[in-house]
Amino acid sequence: MNNRIVDHPVLGQIDQKRKVTFQFDGKTYEGFENDTIASALLAHGVRTLRKHEESGNPRGIYCNIGHCFECRVTVDGEDNVRACLTPIQENMVVESGQVQPHPLDPSKEGVKPRTYAEYKEQEGQK
Amino acid sequence: MQQLDVVIIGAGPAGLAAAIQCRENDLDVVVLDEFPKVGGRLLGQLHQEPSGEWWNGIEESKALQTKAESLNTDIRLGYSVYHIEKLEKQFVVHTKQQKFVTNNVLIATGAAESPAPIPGWTLPGVMSIGAAQVMTNVHRVKVGEKGIVVGVNVLSAAIARELQLAGVDLHSMALPTRNVVSEDQANPRLVMERLSRIAHLAPSKFIQFGSRFAKWKWVQDLVVQYYPKNGIKMWGMPIYLNKAIKQINGTDKVESVTMVDVTMHGDIIGNSEEEIPVDFVCIAGGLYPLAELAGVVGCPFIYSEELGGHVPVHNEKMETPVAGIYVAGNITGIESSKVAREQGKVAGLAIVIKEKNTSEITGKLQTAISEVKATRDAASIQFHPHIPEGRAKVSAAYDDLVKAQEVEKELEYV
Repeated sequence: MNNRIVDHPVLGQIDQKRKVTFQFDGKTYEGFENDTIASALLAHGVRTLRKHEESGNPRGIYCNIGHCFECRVTVDGEDNVRACLTPIQENMVVESGQVQPHPLDPSKEGVKPRTYAEYKEQEGQK
Repeated sequence: MQQLDVVIIGAGPAGLAAAIQCRENDLDVVVLDEFPKVGGRLLGQLHQEPSGEWWNGIEESKALQTKAESLNTDIRLGYSVYHIEKLEKQFVVHTKQQKFVTNNVLIATGAAESPAPIPGWTLPGVMSIGAAQVMTNVHRVKVGEKGIVVGVNVLSAAIARELQLAGVDLHSMALPTRNVVSEDQANPRLVMERLSRIAHLAPSKFIQFGSRFAKWKWVQDLVVQYYPKNGIKMWGMPIYLNKAIKQINGTDKVESVTMVDVTMHGDIIGNSEEEIPVDFVCIAGGLYPLAELAGVVGCPFIYSEELGGHVPVHNEKMETPVAGIYVAGNITGIESSKVAREQGKVAGLAIVIKEKNTSEITGKLQTAISEVKATRDAASIQFHPHIPEGRAKVSAAYDDLVKAQEVEKELEYV
């Protein structure tokens, strides 16, 4: 845990709390009790928590307080869990989000409709 | 199903202060918050008051929590409220875990951060300044080796200092380049006007000079026009009102930012691009009241620039025109956490008076209302110079609405 702020001039020494181990994408990590998934991973330098469902661009925490949903991950099989609000638990299994099939036309490659009007137009061409 | 007197949404200073008043008067209370710790945004705060004393959000939150727990307050963390349903005289508060039936709801959801989007801002390593604050002070995790703050305002200046304290290296603070969203935050003249409000915290004669004549617009114009090329230093870190971040670069994570020079109106000066290596970027667009739940349950809103955005209409007792729905804290306008705490006290007492049908504590309520004003006047960080005017506007809107409701009722009888 190399990114910890151990000594702080005003807040003092960090509380050495109980250690908790959990998994993220198959790798085992250690964090402190009361860490969130987001803070425990960032302490290990892990910034990317998921890929954008459509573009595959990497995403990480943004607001860290539950508002933006950028840090959504899968926790013990449950999708769309916010890493910034979820405390780590012993043996918790966390998985990053991956690219998803397009909801409108998963089979079709090429131009994806960007608006409903475009979608209707493409449907009409079939 | 259990029938509660009040459900309090938000375990920050406003919510907890209200809960304490309600519990002291034996009301059935549940406090809900989706964060795993109590304190809300207060938790991350750490700054030195002009008196030299430190304001430590962790300690302040702990004090409120200890008091609330000594009164056996039912505080549920990790509960996200997604709906408030209005029955004839009661409300149902919906969370993923369960529903709560209650006579009253206090919505103390606080504030959210406004974005200042610039190209590249979805890269891992870009975060809101509040995110960096919580990581640093609460989780004690360094957000990176070297970063830059995009957005110059009261909040970002305070948090930049907190990052420095924890040993996190910051290159500088600069503006975002102008786009449809960042308009005001990209205007050096407006930023200067707003920044002048925290000038007493800045050890820079230049800013202090500008702020002393804050009323004189032409002096501020001069400050912006003759802004030093190397920025004004606050705690050794340059603050640039004449430079802006145009883009954040990197493939899988932040690697650098592109900085450009801007005119006093925020226009980019050609051929001024400079690439600055950083591994994290904090975006600071300021705060706005987080008020969706008030909208869901039918509270009318009013826009107040002074208060930071759209706020639910309410009176001095923190009552909204929807009987049984109360608001307190930053949902009513962006102010310090001390003001939020006093507002929470007012809301708590108002709910007690309604539920117990007693006038015994009316005096206490009046005192609490004047405490809100006294705390506001004494605040060392003013988010906006015209907060009292904004507050007056909201109260007037409440009176108008209630009058209109009465007229409507009379017409029904006719």
